[in-house]
Amino acid sequence: MSWEVRVRTRLGALELDVELEGDDVPTVLIGPNGAGKTTLLRIIAGARSPDDGQIRIGRRTLVDTDQKLEVDPEERGVGYVPQGYGLFPHLRVVDNVAFGLSTGARRVPLPERRRAATELLTELGCAHLSNRVPRNLSGGEQQRVALARALIVEPHLLLLDEPLANLDPSSRRRFRAFLADHLAARQKPAIVVTHNARDAAALGTSFVVLEAGKIVQRGTPAELRAQPASEFVAEFFETPWTA
Amino acid sequence: MRGSRKLPVFVSFPARALGLALLGILVLPLLALALASSPAELAAGVRHSLFLPALSLSARTTLVSLTIVLITGTPLAWWLAVTASRTARVIEVLVVLPIVIPPAVLGVALLQGFGQSGLLGPSLALLGVQVPFTTTAVVLAQIVVSAPFYVESAAIAFRKVDVDLMLVARTLGASPSAAFFRVAIPVALPGLLGGAALSCARSIGEFGATLLFAGNLPGTTQTMPLAIYMALESDVRAALAISLVLAAIGLVLLFVVRVGPAALSARDRRPDDTDGGGAYA
Repeated sequence: MSWEVRVRTRLGALELDVELEGDDVPTVLIGPNGAGKTTLLRIIAGARSPDDGQIRIGRRTLVDTDQKLEVDPEERGVGYVPQGYGLFPHLRVVDNVAFGLSTGARRVPLPERRRAATELLTELGCAHLSNRVPRNLSGGEQQRVALARALIVEPHLLLLDEPLANLDPSSRRRFRAFLADHLAARQKPAIVVTHNARDAAALGTSFVVLEAGKIVQRGTPAELRAQPASEFVAEFFETPWTA
Repeated sequence: MRGSRKLPVFVSFPARALGLALLGILVLPLLALALASSPAELAAGVRHSLFLPALSLSARTTLVSLTIVLITGTPLAWWLAVTASRTARVIEVLVVLPIVIPPAVLGVALLQGFGQSGLLGPSLALLGVQVPFTTTAVVLAQIVVSAPFYVESAAIAFRKVDVDLMLVARTLGASPSAAFFRVAIPVALPGLLGGAALSCARSIGEFGATLLFAGNLPGTTQTMPLAIYMALESDVRAALAISLVLAAIGLVLLFVVRVGPAALSARDRRPDDTDGGGAYA
């Protein structure tokens, strides 16, 4: 399934002007702090509307400012895993995951949604966490639960914001491999934001570099490494940079 | 860390003495109140004709004013928390204004607003409604003095609700109101509860605005603090009994303010509950 995001918006000092498109291969979005990566994900998820632009997933247009069209977040079919995972602190793991089946169009009775949540948790190797509350989970555990929660509504586009940022080195390696396998097996559109070169290389092959709200380069890691378009890209791939 | 906050000896002795003096001023009167009456005198106070009507009126009016404050204050607090405009900041200042205005002044203001010759008085008179010196006036006075405490606490609690938490709820299918009730309210609950307890304490103790705007009519507008005022002139035992009841209610509310939020937060932090049959489940 192809998708396309074309947004222009002003937010404080940030002037976001982005054209992005992709298909069933995860897109890895990299860029320095304050480049607008999280803002872009939030716009795609529906937190705010762009001043100008279109967002399309498959044949479905979610946002078209020319036609004053804006689909509500709950109807976009977008799965969002924010930085820090955003688990609901007052709900047990199983009910965090089942949340997407507890409200709106996908609502099913309690036993059914708990069963579905448990199945998904089992699939992701964390059924044993079902009755825990989020605060007692390690970073890696939280990451899996947040992923399960996003996946339960079968989103067309998955948005992951720094999914490995809060992990210690050893669990980072483990969950990087887990996430990479999962994204590869899922074969559905995803945008993964990351700071880290090793994470980026493991999670996808289609790279987009965002700096100060603009896309400065796109391509495979090899292409970016061979011809970095900015100091940030050069630093990211640890290749020499001459301005 | 502690060492760096230690005071030198020549400062620490007088500082300690001053601190103890303040503690004495704060605690001594309450201690004296607690020790003032024998059980027999207390029983006589409770049987006094002022006691029950005032207790009942206080309970009813506080319940009504608290309900109104919660129903109207929660959406207002949410709006204040999520709105960044200058208008919102101005409105926030207006909402907390009654905290710094003396209750007696609020009583005069309420009379100017709802009294017979006040702003809304003539219109209300046309509808056959008279507000001053009625139970409605008691409730109005309580709302005005107590709502700011709730709205301010609730707005602070709502501001701490992560925007991403709400966005995740929306992407998972929740409508704005479902996200509000199922995520924002539970996450902010400790703060909401603390604010409600504070607001309730302020309502139940309201005296100045009530006296001026509602008067001191037994059964209609004489709440417990006003009953104390009247009882002091006739029967000190009744005044003491009412005072002790009010102090006890205050203690309970303080407990809710201090312990409630911590207990609710601990609920989200319970060490482990893997068996699924624990207290949380």
